Amino acid sequence: MDWLQQLINGISLGSIYALIALGYTMVYGIIRLINFAHGDVFMIGSFVGFYAITGLGLSIIPALILAMAVCALLGVVIERIAYKRLRNASRIAALITAIGVSLLIEYGTIYFRGAQLEVFPSALPTKSFNLWGATISVQSILILSISVVLMIILQIVVRRTKVGKAMRAVSHDVEAARLMGINVDRTISATFAIGSALAGAAGVIFGIYYTKIEPLMGVIPGLKAFVAAVLGGIGIIPGAAIGGLVLGLVETLVSALGYSNWRDAAAFIILILILIFKPSGILGKNSREKV
Amino acid sequence: MLKVDQIDVYYGNIHALKGVSLDVAEGEIVTLIGSNGAGKSTLLKTLSGLLKPKKGDIQYLGASVAGKPVQDIVKAGISHVPEGRRVFANMSVEENLELGAYLRKDKQGIREDIEKVYELFPRLLERRKQLSGTLSGGEQQMLAMGRAMMARPKLLLLDEPSMGLAPLLVKAIFNIIEEINRSGTTVLLVEQNANMALSIANRAYVIETGKVVLSGTAAELQASDKIKSAYLGGH
Ligand SMILES: Nc1ncnc2c1ncn2[C@@H]1O[C@H](COP(=O)(O)OP(=O)(O)OP(=O)(O)O)[C@@H](O)[C@H]1O
Ligand SMILES: [Mg+2]
Repeated sequence: MDWLQQLINGISLGSIYALIALGYTMVYGIIRLINFAHGDVFMIGSFVGFYAITGLGLSIIPALILAMAVCALLGVVIERIAYKRLRNASRIAALITAIGVSLLIEYGTIYFRGAQLEVFPSALPTKSFNLWGATISVQSILILSISVVLMIILQIVVRRTKVGKAMRAVSHDVEAARLMGINVDRTISATFAIGSALAGAAGVIFGIYYTKIEPLMGVIPGLKAFVAAVLGGIGIIPGAAIGGLVLGLVETLVSALGYSNWRDAAAFIILILILIFKPSGILGKNSREKV
Repeated sequence: MLKVDQIDVYYGNIHALKGVSLDVAEGEIVTLIGSNGAGKSTLLKTLSGLLKPKKGDIQYLGASVAGKPVQDIVKAGISHVPEGRRVFANMSVEENLELGAYLRKDKQGIREDIEKVYELFPRLLERRKQLSGTLSGGEQQMLAMGRAMMARPKLLLLDEPSMGLAPLLVKAIFNIIEEINRSGTTVLLVEQNANMALSIANRAYVIETGKVVLSGTAAELQASDKIKSAYLGGH
């Protein structure tokens, strides 16, 4: 068994989950909504990347940026049209709406282009090299670097920029944030834009890594990224990254041990275990904040 | 400077303010006293734009601000220190102060004002990198006030700054309110601690179940029997 290689596979898979989970957790953090359409934004990102490379002939980085931009816009539009008016509605109403948006994107995509699979072009070098006896593909290293760079940029945006500070303020206390003069609507739009752009990037990376894409591809990674977000502590940004990595590693480990049929189940077993033993997640505090 | 004219404010069907009028002149400390649920916080929230009056008008520096977006009101120079401090617990002291200056663009001026806040509240300087959720109640009150000052307000709205604080700390906070006022900021102070509030205020209003029931100079209200029995502990 090639442990180092499995480790890298696990981290690569985990970084895809992490990128999607970040959007879940940011949106949840700011409007307490589980955006079930998020996995479908990821799918759209994958298709935009695909058409950008095959149709427009773009190379990987421009395709990635285009996919991120389209998804950012899509996220903002979804929020403005579907979720904004539900801010003071019951959670269940918002949740049902999110599922509706998800179905709309999935079947809208099928309506416009059909349900058939597409094979993602290999946009990155397919070479591999040896490291301590393990074969490591250049591709997985590049994928990993893209994810890491995006997460670092996100961290800088959230920690250092004005919009990032506004996002943290709104997610902590909307009314107090308004008293600072923060435009809450615009801050929520920015959150959707950033979260959706990361999902779009994850879609492109997923396409490169797993090569097959189709309109319902967002469902399972979306659910797993949700598990990753809960695992890390929903609403906590570093938690989503950690949750994604842990989930990717666990899944890879389960497959590597020869239980690949159990791979998908592993995520949901983890979800059940967290909900029983530590519902607030790895980085979450067990007690609610004092009000 | 501020003229509130017959405003009515509702929460759904609950009629929280019923034809409230009051005014604040530039340079004053005006206090608004009243018991729990009288509508004091509701009035401040309406002034800062968090709530919209259904009827009536709010004139500030000659223009109506009733129902305007909060950010416009903050920009016009009204800062509101909410009841219960509401500091951003997940951020450091200094980040809280920076957020107070959210609408400002003058980086240099912001830096200078942060230093001024630290001069006013030396305890915040020692804790500038600390998460504000870990501060004591008194320190959080100082931070909430400092954060509001970062917007360079002309009118500062304070909602029960003495709440839950030990007497010595209340005294310190009230000294600072006077200092802030002396350096040119007009103050509208909501308090249940009528003794303390009247001791620093020029004028006062008493509010009961959404209506102003009494107003006058601080000295007049301190001498009033009604106030003595209802708000000053009967002596
Ligand atoms: N969000 C709300 N929804 C419904 N009713 C509210 C809301 N906030 C306040 N009220 C009601 O409005 C009235 C005035 O409340 P307000 O908070 O202004 O009182 P207050 O004078 O600030 O009291 P306290 O001294 O306890 O802070 C109360 O009857 C209260 O129950
Ligand atoms: Mg109150």
